[in-house]
Amino acid sequence: MTYTAWILLTAALVGLSCGLIGVFLILRKTAMMADAISHTVLLGIVLAFLVTKEVSGPAMLLGGILAGLITALLVQWLQSLKVQHDASMGIVFTTLFAIGVILIATSAGNAHLDVQHALMGEITFIPFHTITLPLAGDIPMATALLMIVLFVVLFFIAAFYKEWKITTFDPALAASIGIPVAAMHYLFMGLVSVTTVASFDAVGAIMVVAMLIAPAASAYLWTDKLSVMLILSGMFGVSAAFTGYVIAAWLDTSISGSMAFATGIFFTVSFIFSPKHGVIAKAVKPAV
Amino acid sequence: MESAILIAENVSASYRKNTVLHNVNFKVNQGTLTGIIGPNGAGKSTLIKTLLDLHPRLSGSVTFFQQPFKKAKKRIGYVPQRGSVDWDFPTNALDVVTMGLYGEIGWFKFPSRKHKEKAYEALKKVGMADYADRQISQLSGGQQQRIFLARALVQNADLYFMDEPLAGVDAQTERAIMFILQELKRNGKTVMVVHHDLQTVADYFDHVLLLNRTVIGHGKTEEIFTKENIGKTYGGNMRWLIGEEEKNVVPSYH
Repeated sequence: MTYTAWILLTAALVGLSCGLIGVFLILRKTAMMADAISHTVLLGIVLAFLVTKEVSGPAMLLGGILAGLITALLVQWLQSLKVQHDASMGIVFTTLFAIGVILIATSAGNAHLDVQHALMGEITFIPFHTITLPLAGDIPMATALLMIVLFVVLFFIAAFYKEWKITTFDPALAASIGIPVAAMHYLFMGLVSVTTVASFDAVGAIMVVAMLIAPAASAYLWTDKLSVMLILSGMFGVSAAFTGYVIAAWLDTSISGSMAFATGIFFTVSFIFSPKHGVIAKAVKPAV
Repeated sequence: MESAILIAENVSASYRKNTVLHNVNFKVNQGTLTGIIGPNGAGKSTLIKTLLDLHPRLSGSVTFFQQPFKKAKKRIGYVPQRGSVDWDFPTNALDVVTMGLYGEIGWFKFPSRKHKEKAYEALKKVGMADYADRQISQLSGGQQQRIFLARALVQNADLYFMDEPLAGVDAQTERAIMFILQELKRNGKTVMVVHHDLQTVADYFDHVLLLNRTVIGHGKTEEIFTKENIGKTYGGNMRWLIGEEEKNVVPSYH
């Protein structure tokens, strides 16, 4: 495969995984948890690096999951001590992120890790860092990681589809019929974490938030059906990734920045033109 | 045949930093329709949530059908307050009712045609069959409440808890809901309903549980729902209401 094809494939995988996970972030009204986790997984990645002394996919995933879950647990714990939800989130993620930044600067600065890279990602470097897999041959490590994560995300969404639906729509009913609402919450936070870690190399901690939230928020405006929302959100994610690449190539600028910008365009268009919940549709059609 | 299927002993619970329920004791017999009555902040919703392990219990014990909640879960249905969920959620009426069956369907399985039919039957029962495919945000408050009721019906429980099912609904919905509650009772089910309209209590419920942080009175409506007890429950702020009892409301069901 050509250099460009690898980049596009990687971007598409980011768009798809983030788009799917994003739907539940939006519906559970925890969109900003994505922001928190996207920052704290940095700490997980750094710790994984410090332990294994190399930048390896599986270790980074584990470190990321751990950091994501710790974030979710700490936020929940602070909240149980009567700290407001948004304040708990702000405190936890900035502190953990800061520890990550300090560790990078003091212990991992000369490696593949640096703060700039962590925040913005660098998809252009992805094709240079390959691993050899049995059947596929040489493929970029980040791409392989994303394929695995996409598979994991698809598996969990499909396997627990109705449980996601009920714990998201009505957690009280879910709990009363015996569905482990808290466990589902942490499983979900784990999925957000792995998606974020895998997308990290490609788009970085800040842009991944755009990929997680904007496609799902756009899809929400187009449909009244959860399954359709998932499909649309995944499609928007992939399309935004492609559009972003085209913009970046055209203006010769940051690819991850352009992709995040493209998700913003998708949302703006949806917000104005969606036939169901768009601004124009609402203005034309009298309120029900 | 009378048997206590719900026994609460010395139950207490707090909300934020305040104790809202203390020393709550009562027993509920099978086949009764009980109104849980009390002023705002009396702990009515908290009581239901505490009984159902949705809210931490500080002390005391609760048994359902002589068993702890976990073991009796399948026999208990819960209708939360309508305002507790986001009605903009992307789903339709039939789907929400089907959720009542998720416990029965079990892990890793999708609702089958049989489950959908069951849900549709329940919708029919609450007079909402025509709205099965309707996105839930496009339903009126009363229609949303009926969807919630239908969802409880498919659970086919023996004991139901309903949190303000008649709040903010139209008269037609109120009649439809009360008809169904009476029918549940006739079929030997037990129903506990948080209710706020004092004027309909005597018509709707055969038992009342007067609650203001603790049980003020509990028993047959005609014995317990007296001016004196109501005054005690509401702290004497209901003077305007005394005299209303003479107002002749024709009981619609009995």
